[in-house]
Amino acid sequence: MTQRTVELSILRYRPEEDDKPWFQTYQVPCDEDWVVLDAINYVKDHLDGSLSYRWSCHMAVCGSCSMMINGDPALSCKTFIRDLPEGPVRIEPLANFPIERDLVVVMDDFMEKLQRVKPYLIRSTEKPLEEGQHLQSPAELKKFKQYTLCINCACCYSACPQYALIPEFIGPAALTLAHRYNQDSRDQGRDEREDVVASNEGIWDCSFAGACSDVCPKHVDPASAVQQMKIASTVDWFMRRLGLGGGKS
Amino acid sequence: METIKTDVAIIGAGGAGLRAAIAVAESAPDLKVALISKVYPMRSHTVAAEGGAAGVIKQGDSLEDHFNDTVAGGDWLCDQDAVDLFIRQAPVELTQLEHWGCPWSREKNGHVAVRPFGGMKNERTWFAADKSGFHILHTLFQTSLKYPSIERYDEFYCTDLIVADGVCQGVSAIEMRTGLMQLFQARSVIIAAGGAGWMFPFTTNGAIKTADGMAMAYRAGVPLKDMEFVQYHPTGLPGTGILLTEGCRGEGGILVNKDGYRYLQDYDLGPPDPWPRNKAMELGPRDRLSQAFWHEQKKGRTVGSRWGDVVYLDMRHLGEKKINEKLPLVRDLAASYVGADPVHELVPVRPVVHYMMGGIHTNIDAATPMPGLYAAGECACVSINGANRLGSNSLTELLVFGKRAGEHAVEHARSAAQPSESEIRQKGEEARKRVTDLFLREDGGENITTIRKEMNETMESGAGIYRAEDSMRETCDKVLELRERFSRVHLEDKSNVFNTNMLYTMEVGSMLEAAHAVAFSAINRKESRGSHQRLDYTARDDGSFLKHSLAYYQGEVEPRMDYLDVVITRSQPGQRVYGGSAK
Repeated sequence: MTQRTVELSILRYRPEEDDKPWFQTYQVPCDEDWVVLDAINYVKDHLDGSLSYRWSCHMAVCGSCSMMINGDPALSCKTFIRDLPEGPVRIEPLANFPIERDLVVVMDDFMEKLQRVKPYLIRSTEKPLEEGQHLQSPAELKKFKQYTLCINCACCYSACPQYALIPEFIGPAALTLAHRYNQDSRDQGRDEREDVVASNEGIWDCSFAGACSDVCPKHVDPASAVQQMKIASTVDWFMRRLGLGGGKS
Repeated sequence: METIKTDVAIIGAGGAGLRAAIAVAESAPDLKVALISKVYPMRSHTVAAEGGAAGVIKQGDSLEDHFNDTVAGGDWLCDQDAVDLFIRQAPVELTQLEHWGCPWSREKNGHVAVRPFGGMKNERTWFAADKSGFHILHTLFQTSLKYPSIERYDEFYCTDLIVADGVCQGVSAIEMRTGLMQLFQARSVIIAAGGAGWMFPFTTNGAIKTADGMAMAYRAGVPLKDMEFVQYHPTGLPGTGILLTEGCRGEGGILVNKDGYRYLQDYDLGPPDPWPRNKAMELGPRDRLSQAFWHEQKKGRTVGSRWGDVVYLDMRHLGEKKINEKLPLVRDLAASYVGADPVHELVPVRPVVHYMMGGIHTNIDAATPMPGLYAAGECACVSINGANRLGSNSLTELLVFGKRAGEHAVEHARSAAQPSESEIRQKGEEARKRVTDLFLREDGGENITTIRKEMNETMESGAGIYRAEDSMRETCDKVLELRERFSRVHLEDKSNVFNTNMLYTMEVGSMLEAAHAVAFSAINRKESRGSHQRLDYTARDDGSFLKHSLAYYQGEVEPRMDYLDVVITRSQPGQRVYGGSAK
């Protein structure tokens, strides 16, 4: 297996010692099929045990190893060294989040926003378990399936120009999750979610830059979810103006 | 040290921990739940399960068939009362997940779809494409957000159980963000901290699966049961160990050696029908398939690759449409990590450590022998899996026994005596001292990466697919040596905030303790059964070993072994029959 030595330039910040973040460089002998995470693990194991970062599954499904790689948010376990341009690789914590330490960012805001959109099935009456499953056709499933695929890596918040400007913005992943439940044929909770989703901090803060969809490692396309919600919310508003009912705007 | 008082403390927020938390919140909304996890719940390794969850739902299938498949699959080491409870609750729990919004794949008529799985006579594996674990975990996590009584403590690493008056009354934990030690005082404690695959060099498991929960219970005096039974999944990607689900074969994928020959027919798994036949060939159980690879390798019929020896998984005949619909993740993973698109190419695979059948000894109520302590999921051993787990039984197990752990923890919490507060504080101080001692330790010339790698190597050589007295003895001795050397590891990083040098070091400590139980249980089981295959004792020996192994912690020396009879209710030990003559 061929190897090449790659220089990693990693942002360090240890709040107990450092006044501000700084870059530390490491020379890493990389195998041809390594991802960036493999190189960082090499640093941790062989060069510098003090480097901190999150990771677990190494198969792009747990969502914990997202970071900025050469300026773009990405999963380090799915970014192959061979696909990066020659020269040093710049690695930083996810943009738009406070740094907790090194490549670890503070996730509190993201977690609070996920919870705020009520991401669970809401029904006026629960169907008893003894009555068995709800039927759902493949077409009904397809309507929301794509929006279930978010792994909560938060790359989209890192890429979102609006979240950078307006930290209150609920943001792509959480809004997409609301849309996922709104579109589920088993759900009756759209009106409840609309209070959050269509609020000042919700869908109308989105400027449709589409950066979220560009960086999404699972091709969830949050931008399309938000646009669909804007349309639905607008239709509601007109329906109500015409006295024809419709959910809350 | 701050004390956080709660009613039920749950260690681990994967499938079992979340299901337990919801069970407590639903059955006892007045009780407080502290859900403590070293990672955010969505990162838990349940997320990586692909193929699906077993539960009888279709006409033509029966609970009796699920019972018999599971018991024979486990080579008669399963407790049959537990299996009975499990197969009955399975469809109820999977339906419950459906009611919570799990996006199960559907048939045209809107009913939940099921797929064939290894060792299962009939189709009964519910699936959400090939991301079943991901969807189950996210459905449970999102649903858990409904319940105000569930308080989450994300990124808290639990270090020790707090046992006072012989009762489990809490757990100590390090908050990663601050490095502060916290004491959780609880009326019941549930361990749902997952498996231990990282003690091996080549595993499907995420890096967080480091035996923490098992080691915590073990150190507190609770036995680890059947630890010698380690499951190798037959189809991992070489190099990374990334899992390619059994669903690949459930959908019709075949395994071939270097000559393009479907070698499984040489191992009592034929005939090699051109279509999938349940319980035959590629749909045999995992232990038998992984063992067949070992034999092919010995015969020189595997393929040498830059990642070592492999065989090929051939899915080309399934076609692009079916692969995209049923196995989209598999296509992506194979193309990305080994450069083989299953639509057009053969995918190299080899056996890889996947699952621990053994774990914390519990009874059918998920209760351990220690009052106040419960366990569920991969860290626990009920045992429904016996000597070899059937694929798709473990996701269901998380739900059935996670719920049960929650409900029985509630019962205990309601009847528990007043907490022994001064003793709890004293035990908390002892737990803190174990961590501060690690910070104070001088450089003893040992390195944590070296110790981890040496542990990995010795576990593969002594506790791999086939085992023998000499290599197991070497592994037992090596683990003992590594545990001694571990006591001389010092921390390179002595800071407080998100100190992963400290975290990884403590994880290696946990793994070494659990590894000792694996190696010692293995050398003492002088028979071959399920995933425990010995070259020196090649036959199953029901006369001596129709028993569970119980390993008791003895400090720095080797564990003490004890044995417990298997519960047999209606299926007497017989031959495991797969292939054309399987029933």
